[in-house]
Amino acid sequence: MADDRLAPGLQTPAWLRWTLIAGAVLVMVLLVVLPLLMVLISAFGKGFGTWWAALTTPDALSALKLTLFTAAIVIPVNAVFGVFAAWALVRFEFTGKRALLALVDLPFAVSPVVAGLCLVLLFGSQGWFADWLRAWDIKILFARPGIVLATLFITFPFVVRELVPLMQQQGSEEEVVARSLGANAWTMFFRVTLPNIKWGLLYGVLLCGARAMGEFGAVSVVSGHIRGLTNTLPLHIEILYNEFDSTAAFAVSSLLAGLALVTLILKFWLEARHADGLAQSHRRH
Amino acid sequence: MNTLALPSLSRPRWRRPLPGFGLSLGLGMAWLGVVVLLPLAALTVRAAGLGSAGWLRAIHDPRVQSALKVSFGTAFAAALIALLAGALVAWVLVRYRFPGRRLLDALVDLPFALPTAVAGIALTAIYAPNGWLGRHLEPLGIQVAYQLTGIVIALVFIGLPFAVRTVQPILESLGHDHEDAAASLGASRFTTLRRVILPELLPALLTGFSLAFARALGEYGSVIFIAGNKPFRTEIAPLLITIRLEEYDYNGAIAIAALLLLASFLCLLVINLIPLLFRHERRGRRHG
Repeated sequence: MADDRLAPGLQTPAWLRWTLIAGAVLVMVLLVVLPLLMVLISAFGKGFGTWWAALTTPDALSALKLTLFTAAIVIPVNAVFGVFAAWALVRFEFTGKRALLALVDLPFAVSPVVAGLCLVLLFGSQGWFADWLRAWDIKILFARPGIVLATLFITFPFVVRELVPLMQQQGSEEEVVARSLGANAWTMFFRVTLPNIKWGLLYGVLLCGARAMGEFGAVSVVSGHIRGLTNTLPLHIEILYNEFDSTAAFAVSSLLAGLALVTLILKFWLEARHADGLAQSHRRH
Repeated sequence: MNTLALPSLSRPRWRRPLPGFGLSLGLGMAWLGVVVLLPLAALTVRAAGLGSAGWLRAIHDPRVQSALKVSFGTAFAAALIALLAGALVAWVLVRYRFPGRRLLDALVDLPFALPTAVAGIALTAIYAPNGWLGRHLEPLGIQVAYQLTGIVIALVFIGLPFAVRTVQPILESLGHDHEDAAASLGASRFTTLRRVILPELLPALLTGFSLAFARALGEYGSVIFIAGNKPFRTEIAPLLITIRLEEYDYNGAIAIAALLLLASFLCLLVINLIPLLFRHERRGRRHG
Protein backbone atom coordinates (compact mmCIF):
# COMPACT_ATOMS: atom_id res chain seq x y z
CA MET A 1 0.00 0.00 0.00
CA ALA A 2 1.62 3.22 -1.14
CA ASP A 3 1.93 5.97 1.41
CA ASP A 4 0.06 8.54 -0.72
CA ARG A 5 -3.06 6.38 -0.56
CA LEU A 6 -3.22 6.58 3.21
CA ALA A 7 -5.25 9.19 5.07
CA PRO A 8 -3.31 12.48 5.22
CA GLY A 9 -2.77 12.18 8.96
CA LEU A 10 -1.14 8.78 8.49
CA GLN A 11 1.26 9.74 5.75
CA THR A 12 4.92 10.00 6.53
CA PRO A 13 5.98 13.63 6.96
CA ALA A 14 8.01 14.88 4.01
CA TRP A 15 11.31 15.26 5.89
CA LEU A 16 11.15 11.67 7.14
CA ARG A 17 10.04 10.34 3.78
CA TRP A 18 12.93 11.96 1.96
CA THR A 19 15.40 10.87 4.65
CA LEU A 20 14.28 7.27 4.24
CA ILE A 21 14.42 7.50 0.45
CA ALA A 22 17.91 8.99 0.65
CA GLY A 23 18.95 6.17 2.99
CA ALA A 24 17.67 3.50 0.60
CA VAL A 25 19.33 5.16 -2.37
CA LEU A 26 22.60 5.41 -0.44
CA VAL A 27 22.45 1.70 0.43
CA MET A 28 21.87 0.79 -3.19
CA VAL A 29 24.55 3.13 -4.53
CA LEU A 30 27.19 1.90 -2.09
CA LEU A 31 26.40 -1.78 -2.46
CA VAL A 32 25.14 -2.19 -5.99
CA VAL A 33 25.76 0.79 -8.26
CA LEU A 34 29.40 1.39 -7.28
CA PRO A 35 30.57 -2.19 -8.00
CA LEU A 36 28.84 -2.07 -11.37
CA LEU A 37 30.48 1.27 -12.24
CA MET A 38 33.80 -0.06 -11.01
CA VAL A 39 33.60 -2.98 -13.43
CA LEU A 40 32.67 -0.84 -16.41
CA ILE A 41 35.17 1.97 -15.73
CA SER A 42 38.06 -0.39 -14.99
CA ALA A 43 37.26 -2.50 -18.04
CA PHE A 44 37.41 0.44 -20.45
CA GLY A 45 39.94 2.47 -18.42
CA LYS A 46 42.77 1.73 -20.83
CA GLY A 47 40.69 2.13 -23.93
CA PHE A 48 38.52 0.02 -26.13
CA GLY A 49 41.50 -1.66 -27.79
CA THR A 50 42.85 -3.10 -24.54
CA TRP A 51 39.37 -4.28 -23.64
CA TRP A 52 38.96 -6.04 -26.95
CA ALA A 53 42.44 -7.54 -26.76
CA ALA A 54 41.69 -9.01 -23.31
CA LEU A 55 38.51 -10.60 -24.60
CA THR A 56 40.07 -12.11 -27.69
CA THR A 57 43.04 -13.92 -26.18
CA PRO A 58 42.86 -17.66 -26.89
CA ASP A 59 42.33 -18.42 -23.19
CA ALA A 60 39.48 -15.94 -22.89
CA LEU A 61 37.81 -17.28 -26.02
CA SER A 62 38.04 -20.88 -24.89
CA ALA A 63 36.66 -19.87 -21.47
CA LEU A 64 33.78 -18.11 -23.22
CA LYS A 65 33.12 -21.20 -25.33
CA LEU A 66 33.10 -23.47 -22.29
CA THR A 67 30.75 -21.14 -20.43
CA LEU A 68 28.34 -21.06 -23.37
CA PHE A 69 28.64 -24.83 -23.82
CA THR A 70 27.77 -25.40 -20.16
CA ALA A 71 24.80 -23.04 -20.32
CA ALA A 72 23.59 -24.69 -23.54
CA ILE A 73 23.31 -28.01 -21.71
CA VAL A 74 22.21 -26.83 -18.28
CA ILE A 75 19.39 -24.52 -19.37
CA PRO A 76 17.38 -26.99 -21.52
CA VAL A 77 17.90 -29.87 -19.07
CA ASN A 78 16.75 -27.80 -16.12
CA ALA A 79 13.81 -26.42 -18.12
CA VAL A 80 12.51 -29.81 -19.27
CA PHE A 81 12.96 -31.62 -15.98
CA GLY A 82 11.76 -28.56 -14.09
CA VAL A 83 8.44 -28.63 -15.96
CA PHE A 84 7.98 -32.34 -15.24
CA ALA A 85 8.83 -31.91 -11.56
CA ALA A 86 6.54 -28.90 -11.19
CA TRP A 87 3.69 -30.82 -12.84
CA ALA A 88 4.04 -33.68 -10.36
CA LEU A 89 4.46 -31.36 -7.39
CA VAL A 90 1.51 -29.09 -8.16
CA ARG A 91 -1.16 -31.19 -9.84
CA PHE A 92 -1.07 -34.28 -7.61
CA GLU A 93 -1.25 -35.06 -3.92
CA PHE A 94 1.07 -37.70 -2.59
CA THR A 95 2.93 -38.58 0.59
CA GLY A 96 6.19 -36.78 0.96
CA LYS A 97 5.21 -33.90 -1.27
CA ARG A 98 6.09 -31.24 1.30
CA ALA A 99 9.47 -32.83 1.93
CA LEU A 100 10.12 -32.98 -1.79
CA LEU A 101 9.27 -29.29 -2.18
CA ALA A 102 11.74 -28.47 0.57
CA LEU A 103 14.41 -30.66 -1.04
CA VAL A 104 14.07 -28.72 -4.27
CA ASP A 105 15.35 -25.67 -2.39
CA LEU A 106 18.43 -27.46 -1.06
CA PRO A 107 20.89 -26.17 -3.68
CA PHE A 108 19.96 -22.58 -2.71
CA ALA A 109 21.08 -23.25 0.85
CA VAL A 110 24.09 -25.48 0.22
CA SER A 111 27.48 -23.83 -0.25
CA PRO A 112 28.73 -24.11 -3.84
CA VAL A 113 32.04 -25.38 -2.50
CA VAL A 114 30.23 -28.15 -0.62
CA ALA A 115 28.43 -29.05 -3.85
CA GLY A 116 31.76 -29.25 -5.66
CA LEU A 117 33.23 -31.42 -2.91
CA CYS A 118 30.27 -33.80 -3.17
CA LEU A 119 31.06 -34.32 -6.85
CA VAL A 120 34.71 -34.96 -5.99
CA LEU A 121 33.55 -37.63 -3.53
CA LEU A 122 31.54 -39.28 -6.30
CA PHE A 123 33.85 -38.99 -9.26
CA GLY A 124 37.30 -38.28 -7.81
CA SER A 125 40.18 -40.76 -7.72
CA GLN A 126 38.92 -42.07 -4.35
CA GLY A 127 35.26 -41.53 -5.14
CA TRP A 128 32.35 -43.95 -5.24
CA PHE A 129 32.52 -44.38 -9.01
CA ALA A 130 36.30 -44.21 -9.34
CA ASP A 131 36.84 -47.82 -10.40
CA TRP A 132 33.95 -47.83 -12.81
CA LEU A 133 35.09 -44.56 -14.41
CA ARG A 134 38.64 -45.85 -14.73
CA ALA A 135 37.42 -49.09 -16.31
CA TRP A 136 35.47 -47.21 -18.95
CA ASP A 137 38.06 -44.44 -19.27
CA ILE A 138 35.53 -41.71 -18.59
CA LYS A 139 36.70 -38.40 -17.18
CA ILE A 140 34.18 -36.38 -15.23
CA LEU A 141 36.24 -34.44 -12.74
CA PHE A 142 38.64 -31.83 -14.14
CA ALA A 143 36.72 -32.10 -17.40
CA ARG A 144 33.55 -30.72 -18.96
CA PRO A 145 31.06 -33.23 -17.48
CA GLY A 146 32.07 -32.23 -13.95
CA ILE A 147 31.56 -28.56 -14.74
CA VAL A 148 28.14 -29.29 -16.22
CA LEU A 149 27.11 -31.42 -13.22
CA ALA A 150 28.25 -28.77 -10.74
CA THR A 151 26.31 -26.10 -12.63
CA LEU A 152 23.23 -28.34 -12.82
CA PHE A 153 23.34 -28.75 -9.05
CA ILE A 154 23.58 -25.01 -8.41
CA THR A 155 20.86 -24.00 -10.88
CA PHE A 156 18.52 -26.89 -10.08
CA PRO A 157 15.80 -24.94 -8.20
CA PHE A 158 15.26 -21.93 -10.47
CA VAL A 159 12.69 -23.27 -12.93
CA VAL A 160 10.79 -25.37 -10.38
CA ARG A 161 10.66 -22.54 -7.84
CA GLU A 162 9.10 -20.24 -10.41
CA LEU A 163 6.65 -22.76 -11.87
CA VAL A 164 5.29 -24.25 -8.63
CA PRO A 165 3.62 -21.08 -7.24
CA LEU A 166 2.51 -20.04 -10.73
CA MET A 167 0.79 -23.35 -11.49
CA GLN A 168 -0.76 -23.37 -8.02
CA GLN A 169 -2.30 -19.96 -8.69
CA GLN A 170 -3.57 -20.95 -12.10
CA GLY A 171 -5.30 -24.09 -10.88
CA SER A 172 -6.01 -27.13 -13.01
CA GLU A 173 -9.46 -26.25 -14.35
CA GLU A 174 -8.39 -25.57 -17.94
CA GLU A 175 -6.38 -28.78 -18.05
CA VAL A 176 -9.26 -30.83 -16.67
CA VAL A 177 -11.60 -29.30 -19.25
CA ALA A 178 -9.16 -30.09 -22.06
CA ARG A 179 -9.00 -33.68 -20.91
CA SER A 180 -12.78 -33.98 -20.59
CA LEU A 181 -13.07 -32.68 -24.15
CA GLY A 182 -10.94 -35.58 -25.26
CA ALA A 183 -7.50 -34.05 -25.58
CA ASN A 184 -4.76 -36.57 -25.05
CA ALA A 185 -2.03 -35.87 -22.50
CA TRP A 186 0.46 -34.25 -24.88
CA THR A 187 -2.20 -32.18 -26.65
CA MET A 188 -3.32 -30.89 -23.27
CA PHE A 189 0.28 -30.12 -22.35
CA PHE A 190 1.21 -28.29 -25.53
CA ARG A 191 -2.11 -26.50 -26.06
CA VAL A 192 -3.07 -25.61 -22.50
CA THR A 193 -0.32 -26.07 -19.92
CA LEU A 194 2.67 -24.77 -21.85
CA PRO A 195 0.96 -21.59 -23.11
CA ASN A 196 -0.18 -20.89 -19.56
CA ILE A 197 3.24 -21.26 -18.00
CA LYS A 198 5.44 -19.96 -20.82
CA TRP A 199 6.30 -16.59 -19.25
CA GLY A 200 7.00 -18.16 -15.89
CA LEU A 201 9.15 -20.77 -17.60
CA LEU A 202 11.07 -18.05 -19.43
CA TYR A 203 11.56 -16.22 -16.13
CA GLY A 204 12.96 -19.34 -14.49
CA VAL A 205 15.17 -20.07 -17.50
CA LEU A 206 16.50 -16.51 -17.40
CA LEU A 207 17.57 -16.75 -13.77
CA CYS A 208 18.94 -20.24 -14.36
CA GLY A 209 21.00 -19.00 -17.32
CA ALA A 210 22.43 -16.04 -15.44
CA ARG A 211 23.51 -18.26 -12.57
CA ALA A 212 24.82 -20.98 -14.90
CA MET A 213 27.17 -18.59 -16.68
CA GLY A 214 28.34 -16.93 -13.48
CA GLU A 215 28.81 -19.89 -11.16
CA PHE A 216 32.20 -19.84 -9.51
CA GLY A 217 32.59 -21.82 -6.28
CA ALA A 218 31.23 -25.20 -7.34
CA VAL A 219 32.86 -25.07 -10.76
CA SER A 220 36.15 -23.96 -9.24
CA VAL A 221 36.34 -27.11 -7.10
CA VAL A 222 35.66 -29.55 -9.95
CA SER A 223 37.33 -27.81 -12.88
CA GLY A 224 41.00 -28.31 -12.11
CA HIS A 225 41.71 -24.90 -13.70
CA ILE A 226 43.29 -26.25 -16.85
CA ARG A 227 43.83 -23.21 -19.03
CA GLY A 228 42.23 -23.37 -22.41
CA LEU A 229 40.45 -26.57 -21.43
CA THR A 230 38.41 -26.41 -18.23
CA ASN A 231 38.34 -22.71 -17.45
CA THR A 232 35.02 -20.94 -17.53
CA LEU A 233 34.75 -17.16 -17.72
CA PRO A 234 34.47 -16.63 -13.94
CA LEU A 235 37.50 -18.88 -13.37
CA HIS A 236 39.41 -17.00 -16.06
CA ILE A 237 38.66 -13.76 -14.19
CA GLU A 238 40.18 -15.19 -11.03
CA ILE A 239 43.36 -16.23 -12.84
CA LEU A 240 43.79 -12.81 -14.49
CA TYR A 241 43.15 -11.06 -11.19
CA ASN A 242 45.65 -13.20 -9.31
CA GLU A 243 48.22 -12.44 -12.02
CA PHE A 244 47.68 -8.73 -11.28
CA ASP A 245 46.27 -8.18 -14.74
CA SER A 246 43.28 -6.37 -13.31
CA THR A 247 42.41 -4.51 -16.51
CA ALA A 248 41.96 -7.81 -18.33
CA ALA A 249 40.11 -9.27 -15.34
CA PHE A 250 37.68 -6.36 -15.42
CA ALA A 251 37.36 -6.57 -19.21
CA VAL A 252 36.19 -10.19 -18.93
CA SER A 253 34.06 -9.17 -15.93
CA SER A 254 32.37 -6.49 -18.02
CA LEU A 255 31.15 -9.20 -20.37
CA LEU A 256 29.50 -11.06 -17.50
CA ALA A 257 28.24 -7.80 -15.98
CA GLY A 258 26.66 -6.97 -19.34
CA LEU A 259 24.99 -10.35 -19.28
CA ALA A 260 23.68 -9.66 -15.78
CA LEU A 261 22.28 -6.32 -16.98
CA VAL A 262 20.56 -7.97 -19.94
CA THR A 263 19.10 -10.52 -17.53
CA LEU A 264 17.79 -7.72 -15.31
CA ILE A 265 16.28 -5.84 -18.24
CA LEU A 266 14.52 -8.95 -19.55
CA LYS A 267 13.33 -9.77 -16.04
CA PHE A 268 12.02 -6.25 -15.60
CA TRP A 269 10.28 -6.45 -18.97
CA LEU A 270 8.65 -9.75 -18.03
CA GLU A 271 7.49 -8.36 -14.70
CA ALA A 272 6.06 -5.25 -16.33
CA ARG A 273 4.52 -6.77 -19.48
CA HIS A 274 3.65 -10.33 -18.62
CA ALA A 275 2.90 -10.04 -14.92
CA ASP A 276 -0.17 -12.26 -15.25
CA GLY A 277 2.00 -15.09 -16.50
CA LEU A 278 4.34 -14.95 -13.50
CA ALA A 279 4.07 -16.12 -9.93
CA GLN A 280 2.37 -13.51 -7.76
CA SER A 281 5.44 -12.49 -5.79
CA HIS A 282 7.18 -11.32 -8.97
CA ARG A 283 4.41 -9.05 -10.13
CA ARG A 284 5.22 -5.39 -9.98
CA HIS A 285 2.40 -3.00 -10.57
CA MET B 1 -14.85 -44.80 4.96
CA ASN B 2 -16.26 -47.79 3.21
CA THR B 3 -18.61 -49.75 5.45
CA LEU B 4 -18.49 -52.80 3.17
CA ALA B 5 -15.08 -53.67 4.56
CA LEU B 6 -13.56 -54.52 1.23
CA PRO B 7 -10.14 -56.09 1.28
CA SER B 8 -7.61 -53.36 0.83
CA LEU B 9 -6.40 -54.75 -2.48
CA SER B 10 -9.69 -54.15 -4.23
CA ARG B 11 -10.08 -50.63 -2.89
CA PRO B 12 -12.01 -48.74 -5.57
CA ARG B 13 -9.38 -47.03 -7.66
CA TRP B 14 -9.71 -43.30 -7.80
CA ARG B 15 -8.86 -42.15 -11.28
CA ARG B 16 -6.71 -39.07 -11.33
CA PRO B 17 -8.29 -36.44 -13.55
CA LEU B 18 -4.96 -35.37 -14.99
CA PRO B 19 -2.39 -37.48 -16.79
CA GLY B 20 1.29 -37.95 -16.33
CA PHE B 21 1.62 -38.46 -12.59
CA GLY B 22 3.93 -41.45 -12.84
CA LEU B 23 6.02 -40.01 -15.66
CA SER B 24 6.46 -36.55 -14.19
CA LEU B 25 7.09 -37.72 -10.64
CA GLY B 26 9.47 -40.39 -11.91
CA LEU B 27 11.47 -38.01 -14.09
CA GLY B 28 11.41 -35.29 -11.47
CA MET B 29 12.61 -37.63 -8.75
CA ALA B 30 15.28 -39.18 -10.97
CA TRP B 31 16.57 -35.74 -11.84
CA LEU B 32 16.55 -34.58 -8.22
CA GLY B 33 18.18 -37.84 -7.21
CA VAL B 34 21.01 -37.79 -9.72
CA VAL B 35 21.79 -34.09 -9.69
CA VAL B 36 21.26 -33.20 -6.02
CA LEU B 37 20.61 -36.10 -3.67
CA LEU B 38 23.27 -38.56 -4.86
CA PRO B 39 26.13 -36.05 -4.43
CA LEU B 40 24.82 -35.00 -1.01
CA ALA B 41 24.44 -38.66 -0.03
CA ALA B 42 28.09 -39.23 -0.91
CA LEU B 43 29.12 -36.45 1.47
CA THR B 44 26.79 -37.68 4.24
CA VAL B 45 28.03 -41.27 4.01
CA ARG B 46 31.68 -40.24 3.94
CA ALA B 47 31.11 -37.87 6.89
CA ALA B 48 29.46 -40.65 8.89
CA GLY B 49 32.41 -42.88 7.99
CA LEU B 50 34.88 -40.52 9.66
CA GLY B 51 34.00 -41.99 13.03
CA SER B 52 34.32 -40.22 16.36
CA ALA B 53 38.11 -40.16 16.19
CA GLY B 54 38.13 -38.51 12.79
CA TRP B 55 35.55 -35.97 13.86
CA LEU B 56 37.36 -35.09 17.06
CA ARG B 57 40.57 -34.56 15.14
CA ALA B 58 38.83 -32.34 12.62
CA ILE B 59 36.98 -30.29 15.22
CA HIS B 60 40.04 -29.79 17.41
CA ASP B 61 42.02 -28.30 14.56
CA PRO B 62 42.36 -24.64 15.62
CA ARG B 63 42.42 -23.51 11.98
CA VAL B 64 39.06 -25.21 11.39
CA GLN B 65 37.64 -23.67 14.54
CA SER B 66 38.71 -20.18 13.56
CA ALA B 67 37.43 -20.61 9.97
CA LEU B 68 34.04 -21.72 11.29
CA LYS B 69 33.97 -18.81 13.73
CA VAL B 70 34.78 -16.37 10.92
CA SER B 71 32.14 -17.89 8.64
CA PHE B 72 29.32 -18.05 11.17
CA GLY B 73 30.16 -14.67 12.69
CA THR B 74 30.40 -12.74 9.44
CA ALA B 75 27.35 -14.51 7.99
CA PHE B 76 25.30 -13.60 11.04
CA ALA B 77 26.42 -9.97 11.03
CA ALA B 78 25.91 -9.68 7.29
CA ALA B 79 22.44 -11.26 7.37
CA LEU B 80 21.43 -8.82 10.11
CA ILE B 81 22.74 -5.80 8.21
CA ALA B 82 21.23 -7.06 4.94
CA LEU B 83 17.90 -7.47 6.73
CA LEU B 84 17.90 -3.93 8.10
CA ALA B 85 19.11 -2.39 4.84
CA GLY B 86 16.76 -4.63 2.85
CA ALA B 87 13.76 -3.75 4.99
CA LEU B 88 14.53 -0.05 4.50
CA VAL B 89 14.81 -0.48 0.72
CA ALA B 90 11.64 -2.59 0.57
CA TRP B 91 9.74 -0.05 2.69
CA VAL B 92 10.82 2.87 0.52
CA LEU B 93 10.03 0.97 -2.70
CA VAL B 94 6.55 0.01 -1.54
CA ARG B 95 5.49 3.11 0.39
CA TYR B 96 6.86 6.07 -1.47
CA ARG B 97 6.67 7.32 -5.03
CA PHE B 98 9.75 9.14 -6.24
CA PRO B 99 11.64 9.55 -9.50
CA GLY B 100 13.87 6.56 -10.20
CA ARG B 101 11.86 4.19 -8.03
CA ARG B 102 11.49 1.59 -10.79
CA LEU B 103 15.21 1.72 -11.56
CA LEU B 104 16.01 1.22 -7.88
CA ASP B 105 13.58 -1.70 -7.82
CA ALA B 106 15.22 -3.33 -10.83
CA LEU B 107 18.72 -2.83 -9.40
CA VAL B 108 17.85 -4.78 -6.25
CA ASP B 109 18.32 -8.03 -8.19
CA LEU B 110 21.73 -7.13 -9.54
CA PRO B 111 23.70 -8.91 -6.78
CA PHE B 112 21.70 -11.98 -7.66
CA ALA B 113 22.42 -11.74 -11.38
CA LEU B 114 26.02 -10.56 -11.17
CA PRO B 115 28.50 -13.46 -11.04
CA THR B 116 30.07 -13.66 -7.59
CA ALA B 117 33.63 -13.46 -8.89
CA VAL B 118 32.81 -10.20 -10.67
CA ALA B 119 31.25 -8.79 -7.51
CA GLY B 120 34.28 -9.97 -5.55
CA ILE B 121 36.91 -8.18 -7.60
CA ALA B 122 34.76 -5.05 -7.96
CA LEU B 123 34.14 -4.74 -4.20
CA THR B 124 37.82 -5.40 -3.52
CA ALA B 125 38.86 -2.67 -5.96
CA ILE B 126 36.45 -0.23 -4.29
CA TYR B 127 37.47 -0.94 -0.71
CA ALA B 128 41.19 -1.65 -1.19
CA PRO B 129 43.45 0.94 0.48
CA ASN B 130 43.92 2.69 -2.88
CA GLY B 131 40.32 2.15 -4.06
CA TRP B 132 37.48 4.63 -4.57
CA LEU B 133 36.21 4.35 -1.00
CA GLY B 134 39.16 2.64 0.68
CA ARG B 135 41.33 5.68 -0.10
CA HIS B 136 39.04 7.91 1.98
CA LEU B 137 38.49 5.39 4.75
CA GLU B 138 42.14 4.59 5.38
CA PRO B 139 43.10 8.05 6.82
CA LEU B 140 40.22 7.56 9.26
CA GLY B 141 41.81 4.36 10.43
CA ILE B 142 39.11 2.20 8.85
CA GLN B 143 40.36 -0.76 6.87
CA VAL B 144 37.78 -2.72 4.97
CA ALA B 145 39.43 -4.88 2.34
CA TYR B 146 41.41 -7.89 3.63
CA GLN B 147 39.62 -7.59 7.00
CA LEU B 148 36.51 -9.14 8.53
CA THR B 149 34.65 -5.94 7.59
CA GLY B 150 35.39 -6.67 3.94
CA ILE B 151 33.92 -10.16 4.25
CA VAL B 152 30.79 -8.70 5.85
CA ILE B 153 30.40 -6.14 3.03
CA ALA B 154 30.65 -8.83 0.36
CA LEU B 155 28.07 -10.94 2.22
CA VAL B 156 25.68 -8.02 2.70
CA PHE B 157 25.89 -7.48 -1.06
CA ILE B 158 24.97 -11.15 -1.62
CA GLY B 159 22.17 -11.18 0.97
CA LEU B 160 20.47 -7.89 0.11
CA PRO B 161 18.15 -9.16 -2.67
CA PHE B 162 16.94 -12.01 -0.47
CA ALA B 163 15.98 -9.60 2.30
CA VAL B 164 14.27 -7.10 0.00
CA ARG B 165 12.38 -9.68 -2.05
CA THR B 166 10.94 -11.51 0.95
CA VAL B 167 9.81 -8.37 2.79
CA GLN B 168 8.54 -6.43 -0.24
CA PRO B 169 5.54 -8.63 -1.22
CA ILE B 170 4.30 -8.72 2.38
CA LEU B 171 4.50 -4.93 2.67
CA GLU B 172 2.64 -4.65 -0.62
CA SER B 173 -0.14 -6.91 0.57
CA LEU B 174 -0.72 -5.00 3.82
CA GLY B 175 -3.99 -3.13 3.69
CA HIS B 176 -4.29 0.25 5.35
CA ASP B 177 -7.28 -0.72 7.53
CA HIS B 178 -5.14 -1.78 10.46
CA GLU B 179 -3.05 1.36 10.30
CA ASP B 180 -6.15 3.52 9.96
CA ALA B 181 -7.67 1.81 12.96
CA ALA B 182 -4.51 2.12 15.02
CA ALA B 183 -4.21 5.80 14.19
CA SER B 184 -7.87 6.51 14.90
CA LEU B 185 -7.38 4.90 18.31
CA GLY B 186 -4.66 7.43 18.95
CA ALA B 187 -1.57 5.36 18.30
CA SER B 188 1.52 7.31 17.35
CA ARG B 189 3.31 6.57 14.09
CA PHE B 190 6.03 4.69 15.93
CA THR B 191 3.53 2.66 17.95
CA THR B 192 1.69 1.74 14.75
CA LEU B 193 4.92 0.58 13.18
CA ARG B 194 5.87 -1.45 16.23
CA ARG B 195 2.51 -2.91 17.17
CA VAL B 196 0.72 -3.22 13.83
CA ILE B 197 3.18 -3.43 10.94
CA LEU B 198 6.12 -5.21 12.58
CA PRO B 199 4.10 -8.25 13.78
CA GLU B 200 2.75 -8.71 10.26
CA LEU B 201 6.25 -8.49 8.84
CA LEU B 202 7.89 -10.77 11.39
CA PRO B 203 7.61 -14.05 9.42
CA ALA B 204 8.99 -12.38 6.29
CA LEU B 205 11.81 -10.78 8.27
CA LEU B 206 12.75 -14.13 9.78
CA THR B 207 12.61 -15.83 6.38
CA GLY B 208 14.69 -13.09 4.77
CA PHE B 209 17.26 -13.35 7.55
CA SER B 210 17.50 -17.14 7.26
CA LEU B 211 17.85 -17.00 3.47
CA ALA B 212 20.53 -14.34 3.64
CA PHE B 213 22.33 -16.21 6.43
CA ALA B 214 22.27 -19.55 4.58
CA ARG B 215 23.56 -17.93 1.42
CA ALA B 216 26.22 -15.94 3.28
CA LEU B 217 27.49 -18.96 5.18
CA GLY B 218 28.29 -20.85 2.01
CA GLU B 219 29.36 -17.92 -0.14
CA TYR B 220 32.76 -18.27 -1.75
CA GLY B 221 33.28 -16.32 -4.97
CA SER B 222 32.63 -12.80 -3.76
CA VAL B 223 34.42 -13.30 -0.45
CA ILE B 224 37.78 -14.83 -1.35
CA PHE B 225 38.97 -11.74 -3.22
CA ILE B 226 38.16 -9.21 -0.51
CA ALA B 227 38.94 -11.40 2.50
CA GLY B 228 42.71 -11.54 2.18
CA ASN B 229 42.41 -15.18 3.32
CA LYS B 230 44.83 -15.02 6.22
CA PRO B 231 44.62 -18.29 8.19
CA PHE B 232 43.18 -17.80 11.70
CA ARG B 233 42.01 -14.29 10.81
CA THR B 234 40.07 -13.89 7.59
CA GLU B 235 39.86 -17.43 6.25
CA ILE B 236 36.29 -18.62 5.67
CA ALA B 237 35.20 -22.24 6.03
CA PRO B 238 34.38 -22.85 2.32
CA LEU B 239 37.88 -21.67 1.41
CA LEU B 240 39.42 -24.03 3.97
CA ILE B 241 37.50 -26.89 2.30
CA THR B 242 39.20 -26.14 -1.01
CA ILE B 243 42.59 -25.82 0.72
CA ARG B 244 42.15 -29.23 2.40
CA LEU B 245 41.15 -30.71 -0.94
CA GLU B 246 44.28 -29.36 -2.58
CA GLU B 247 46.31 -30.95 0.23
CA TYR B 248 44.51 -34.25 -0.50
CA ASP B 249 43.21 -34.14 3.09
CA TYR B 250 39.79 -35.47 2.10
CA ASN B 251 38.69 -36.19 5.66
CA GLY B 252 39.49 -32.66 6.74
CA ALA B 253 37.47 -31.26 3.84
CA ILE B 254 34.58 -33.67 4.48
CA ALA B 255 34.31 -32.71 8.17
CA ILE B 256 34.04 -28.97 7.44
CA ALA B 257 31.67 -29.53 4.52
CA ALA B 258 29.42 -31.78 6.62
CA LEU B 259 29.13 -29.07 9.28
CA LEU B 260 28.22 -26.47 6.65
CA LEU B 261 25.70 -28.88 5.12
CA LEU B 262 24.13 -29.44 8.54
CA ALA B 263 23.83 -25.68 8.99
CA SER B 264 22.18 -25.43 5.54
CA PHE B 265 19.68 -28.10 6.52
CA LEU B 266 18.85 -26.24 9.72
CA CYS B 267 18.35 -22.96 7.84
CA LEU B 268 16.07 -24.70 5.38
CA LEU B 269 14.15 -26.30 8.23
CA VAL B 270 13.66 -22.91 9.88
CA ILE B 271 12.54 -21.35 6.58
CA ASN B 272 9.99 -24.12 6.10
CA LEU B 273 8.77 -23.97 9.70
CA ILE B 274 8.18 -20.20 9.74
CA PRO B 275 4.88 -20.29 7.77
CA LEU B 276 3.61 -23.11 10.00
CA LEU B 277 4.54 -21.23 13.18
CA PHE B 278 2.77 -18.09 12.09
CA ARG B 279 -0.14 -19.73 10.31
CA HIS B 280 -2.82 -18.91 12.87
CA GLU B 281 -1.79 -15.28 12.98
CA ARG B 282 -1.95 -14.90 9.25
CA ARG B 283 -5.37 -16.47 8.90
CA GLY B 284 -7.94 -14.05 7.71
CA ARG B 285 -5.53 -11.65 6.13
CA ARG B 286 -6.49 -10.70 2.65
CA HIS B 287 -4.32 -11.96 -0.14
CA GLY B 288 -2.87 -9.77 -2.85
